[in-house]
Amino acid sequence: MGSIETLEILAPGPLTTVQDRGRFGFGRFGIAPSGALDSFSLRIGNLLVGNREDEACLEITLLGLKVRALVDSLIAVTGADLQPHLNRKPLQMWRSHIMKEGEILSFTVPRSGCRAYLALGGGISVTPLMESKSTNLSSGFGGFKGRALRKGDILASDSPRLHLKAEGKALDRKLIPTYGKNWILRVLFGPQDDHFTEKGKKTFLNSSFNVTPHSDRTGIRLSGPVIRTRAGMEESIISEGVVSGTIQIPGDGQPIIILGETVTGGYRKIATVISADLPLLGQMKPGEQVNFEGVSMEDAYHALGKLEGIIKRFREGL
Amino acid sequence: MLYEHPTYRIMGDRALLVELGDRISPLVNKKVRELFLCLKNNRVEGVVEAVPAYRSLLIVYDPLKITLSALKERLKKYHTTIDRSEIPKPRTLEIPVVYGGEYGPDLDWVAEFHRVPPEEIIRLHTGTTYRVYMIGFTPGFAYMGQLPEAIATPRRETPRTAVPRGSVGIAQNQTGVYPVKSPGGWQIIGRTTLRLFDPEKWPPTPLEMGDLVKFLSIKEEEMTRWEV
Repeated sequence: MGSIETLEILAPGPLTTVQDRGRFGFGRFGIAPSGALDSFSLRIGNLLVGNREDEACLEITLLGLKVRALVDSLIAVTGADLQPHLNRKPLQMWRSHIMKEGEILSFTVPRSGCRAYLALGGGISVTPLMESKSTNLSSGFGGFKGRALRKGDILASDSPRLHLKAEGKALDRKLIPTYGKNWILRVLFGPQDDHFTEKGKKTFLNSSFNVTPHSDRTGIRLSGPVIRTRAGMEESIISEGVVSGTIQIPGDGQPIIILGETVTGGYRKIATVISADLPLLGQMKPGEQVNFEGVSMEDAYHALGKLEGIIKRFREGL
Repeated sequence: MLYEHPTYRIMGDRALLVELGDRISPLVNKKVRELFLCLKNNRVEGVVEAVPAYRSLLIVYDPLKITLSALKERLKKYHTTIDRSEIPKPRTLEIPVVYGGEYGPDLDWVAEFHRVPPEEIIRLHTGTTYRVYMIGFTPGFAYMGQLPEAIATPRRETPRTAVPRGSVGIAQNQTGVYPVKSPGGWQIIGRTTLRLFDPEKWPPTPLEMGDLVKFLSIKEEEMTRWEV
């Protein structure tokens, strides 16, 4: 059957991109991973429609996407609740549905979370660049023509018909994440926590920070009490590689949580969000509150094992 | 200063920062390159990514496949038993540049800043062999040093929102080329037609950390001849 045109974009919303799990292994060329900011939702969405869990989906930011099916396809919406409607009827999330040719799927405004994922049975047929279908927005490559989706774009999938029989698969209600407005992120101190005063570290752990509107796919910019470095520290450090989830403190003392669009940086980092909590970073939006909780490496591995266990059991139970 | 033993710092539960020295120096950077290539050649199971920088190597790993302590043990072994004969010599590449005019809008300012004619800036910029200390900021952006002290120049007070692809810039004692159009605060003294980032080619950038680079002054008419 091969690749078939499946979806027409009627309205793209402020930012809808093609993302898979990311482009890893090319940091030495200065290439950041990009990829779905909430990888849990991406993986579950793919499994619901019978894809490999690392296939590309549409990452929908906040609102406004409207698409029409060009053939019967299997879809699932996961992640943020942006009130998806199929032909004006509310669509149950975290479950696969058949979207018939000509039907329209639309998203209105967020009830909770920030980014929804639309998985298509048969994935999204774009040419992988450096082993990934993710869109690198700042450098304009990968994904769909290296850019955000626009009105009139047509997306294709690989043999969508073969996926229709997976209809009705759903994630157990108890396992569906809920997104509030007050986030707790578990962190490990480091790599440069020793550059901060004890008081600075306490401020970091004991304060609430606001997610500011300057946040985007490159980083979540927070505002709150100033986190101070030890006396005599220069504003920047010698540039080094960074990972998504690491929390840098620039000269103004206001934390920035780095996301997957950055590969190196010259600011000191007080702590790093644990892997199990990384998917949450994709769901925080401006106006919400964040608190950081220090954990041990053992806690971090335990939490990651638990999260991976959920995905593994779901995959095996399908 | 080169550390006798590397310093290990954790960046969360899936990245380890290995520091080989405390400053920007060719010797420290050479050690980073050796460790990076050694790790790359050995294809360690569970290592997802390795990003070499001025004085450190960031290793991203899958904690479900390799533990932090096992990774550290490996690195310690590599550090002490590295076989330098297996490390290829750095390559030397030439980058042709049209200096000044519309391609290097800051050349005159830089010349005035140093109270020398623009030709002297070009002579000094082309007269040095630079080392690619690291690649970062944007795909293919090589941080190169050291710029001769006589042309070391501060960044622009107001960064540009869009620097054209191929622009050759200087900032403090470093030089670099913008491989993609991007915002930037470096003083732009020229432009190259050499394509330094192409996501559809392999490798996506001709420069690698550790390479040696010389800039070559060419005339505007010669630009096409160099195009790749």
